[in-house]
Amino acid sequence: MAAGAGPAALVALDGVEKRFGDLLALADFTLEAREGELVALLGPSGCGKSTVLRLIAGLARPGRGRIAWGPAATAAGPPGVVFQDPTLMPWATVEANVRLPLRLAGIARRDARPAVAEALASVGLSARADAYPRELSGGMRMRVSIARALVTRPALLLMDEPFAALDEITRFRLNDDLLAIRARRGATIVFVTHSVFEAVFLADRIVVMTPRPGRAFREIAVAAPHPRTAAFRQSPAFAARCREVSAALAAAMEGAGDDL
Amino acid sequence: MISRGEAAGDGEAARRQRRDRWLLPAAVLALALVAWQALVSALAIPHYILPSPGRVAQALAAGFPALALSWWMTLKVALMALALAAASGAGLAVLLTRRRWLEMSFLPWMVVLQVTPIIAIAPLIFIYIDGHLARVLFCAWLVAFFPVLANTVLGLRSADEHLGDLMTIHRARGWQRLWLLELPSALPHFLAGVRIAGGLSLVGAVVAEFAMGSGGAAAGLAFRILEASYRLETARMFAALVLIVLTGVAIHLAVGLLAHLLLRRWHASALARES
Repeated sequence: MAAGAGPAALVALDGVEKRFGDLLALADFTLEAREGELVALLGPSGCGKSTVLRLIAGLARPGRGRIAWGPAATAAGPPGVVFQDPTLMPWATVEANVRLPLRLAGIARRDARPAVAEALASVGLSARADAYPRELSGGMRMRVSIARALVTRPALLLMDEPFAALDEITRFRLNDDLLAIRARRGATIVFVTHSVFEAVFLADRIVVMTPRPGRAFREIAVAAPHPRTAAFRQSPAFAARCREVSAALAAAMEGAGDDL
Repeated sequence: MISRGEAAGDGEAARRQRRDRWLLPAAVLALALVAWQALVSALAIPHYILPSPGRVAQALAAGFPALALSWWMTLKVALMALALAAASGAGLAVLLTRRRWLEMSFLPWMVVLQVTPIIAIAPLIFIYIDGHLARVLFCAWLVAFFPVLANTVLGLRSADEHLGDLMTIHRARGWQRLWLLELPSALPHFLAGVRIAGGLSLVGAVVAEFAMGSGGAAAGLAFRILEASYRLETARMFAALVLIVLTGVAIHLAVGLLAHLLLRRWHASALARES
């Protein structure tokens, strides 16, 4: 992977291997996320995408290889994480859910108020701070989950197929919102998805993975400038990139077929 | 317009269903009492075999001072046993789930304790524990505490995995994980356990008194039933039984109300009641 000009790497996985018992989930996996970049991990289900995020989040340790952190990452706290489900505490209000990471850091409610208010405002849910998760729609719950991930102002945001369970309309809107949030906050994002369209729309760079054991098969840059809008989804450039990524995904599946 | 009409219809249906939930069982009770009364008079059953509902009511009214005192005794034992069961069951559940080996070492023995019939160990309890109240209380507690323990252990273990991951990422301390994640997750399970324990604590209080005898002045309702049976005062036996049943229902409803109040904002079990 070219670590040439441009921003420094925030986190880099180098030759990482991960086994679960006899199962080889990741083999010689290499990935670099540079500061301010949105990297999409794209691959078939079971290819170890989520495992990559768990390794970066520190929830699992690599069997081989190493994970190196840039200075900007080591200075910041733990990464913000958004799972496929909103994983909110059903017994707590939206405000308390968003405040959780600060609470775990020992920050008093009063001192946490500005950060919580800002995180809620950034996902457009300021008015629902006192609601309980069950009173919200699926899209709104996911927004709360994103606000919770943002509240500590992390340098790195890890998102594990966060919009996969949502309907297409909600998904498009959250895609737009995510890009807007990122433009304002400037966090580095590693985004796992199995949707080609979502990857092309969001990412600066797409890493296509092979089926198990997961490897970085091909890397495709999406050079389209930000802000990206609905017009980008209609553009020939978007269609061309989608074709390219789809072809790479198909090739990744085939290559693995030979391996098996 | 149509949707509004339907919404109103739904509200009407819900109201009717709520009303029926009380009305129908009450109607069954009334019918049963009438049938009972009719049966007793029609067949001229002697009152020492089967007293009529009216006679039971009379016995209840006439014997009320003594029965009320015994009722208070039984209620006291049941409630104390329930409180002890809830506290010790939850406490022990938290303790055992802190370490995997603790749970594996001790939980099976709790099961053994649970499956041993209380009536079979009552004579031993009589030897080892001094004082009537302590004996009866111990028996009732022993019967009631296991459902709380088992349910709370299950609840503590059923905390959302990804929320647990989130706690790990943010380096939550053990007590933070317990207080912010595991205990709230366990609350519905704990309350379900307490609901079972509510009934069992009353059963335990009555059975214990049958097994241990009365404590003289501190006689509970079980002793009143035995006493009445010696004297062939069948109506009085029924009167004591009615009080026990009412107590059981009251405990059940009280625990249910508590659960509803604690869970109504978020848990599906409590939400279902509202709709």
